[in-house]
Amino acid sequence: MGPAGAPGPGRVIYEVFRQERRGQAFAHAGSVEAPNIAFADDYAREQFGRRGESVALWVVPRESVHAIEDFVDELHRNYHRVDGYPLKEKLAKARVRAVTA
Amino acid sequence: MSAQLLLEVADDELILGWRNSEWTGIAPMLEEDVAFSSIAQNEIGHARALYELAARELGTTADELAFDRPPDEYRCSKLVQLRLVPDWARTIARHVVYERADQVRLEALKASDDLEIAGLAAKIDREEAYHRMHAQMWAERLAEEPHFTAALAQLEPLVGVRDEHVPEFGELWEEMTEVRRSVAGATW
Repeated sequence: MGPAGAPGPGRVIYEVFRQERRGQAFAHAGSVEAPNIAFADDYAREQFGRRGESVALWVVPRESVHAIEDFVDELHRNYHRVDGYPLKEKLAKARVRAVTA
Repeated sequence: MSAQLLLEVADDELILGWRNSEWTGIAPMLEEDVAFSSIAQNEIGHARALYELAARELGTTADELAFDRPPDEYRCSKLVQLRLVPDWARTIARHVVYERADQVRLEALKASDDLEIAGLAAKIDREEAYHRMHAQMWAERLAEEPHFTAALAQLEPLVGVRDEHVPEFGELWEEMTEVRRSVAGATW
């Protein structure tokens, strides 16, 4: 998400996503504050499109974004996670075993 | 097409670009600051391309045409000469009036027999389309503001006035040509 804070009176914060090349995933580029979508369109073009850095933009009212920020793990079920599982090391050991076996 | 006519258009774009750039850093919103500064920069870019065409015809350079003429030789419209900072509504009114007039002029230039001019006009027009969109959305937003509508009515008649300069044009010329004049004969 872009900068925190409430928009000014009568204005909306729009999140802008940009696509660098056709077929690529859109990535968050930043946000613009504007009174309506026409202004947001203009401001998004100016800030994220005028230097040829984007082939497409998505301009979305921040309020339309459903944000998820809490990832509860009360029981510390770390077996659900992939971090802390040094696959590389295990593979190396397995290779050594395979050779010496 | 005569070089004099090209100069009219180029002078309009240069001086309007200069005036619009006076908003850089102080526009009513950060986003608008970026957008309006970008428009100013585009106008100056158009001026450069037009001066280059005129310069070839006149046997001089774009820089000399833009910065080395005495102030009374500038053929820009009275509309673009006015210093309107810090009045945003009047600035938008000028923007709207100018873009309308410029659209008519660009259509004529695009139909020119001179293919270089027609091509340049078409190129400029593709950027101006965004300026017109920008002017239009502001015009809609300010449509009910008496200060804005009064400014529209007041500024409209100035578009075609080219043989007079407003008093503050002298100051703009001083500022704009200061660097060029600071070292005589410098080619930078």
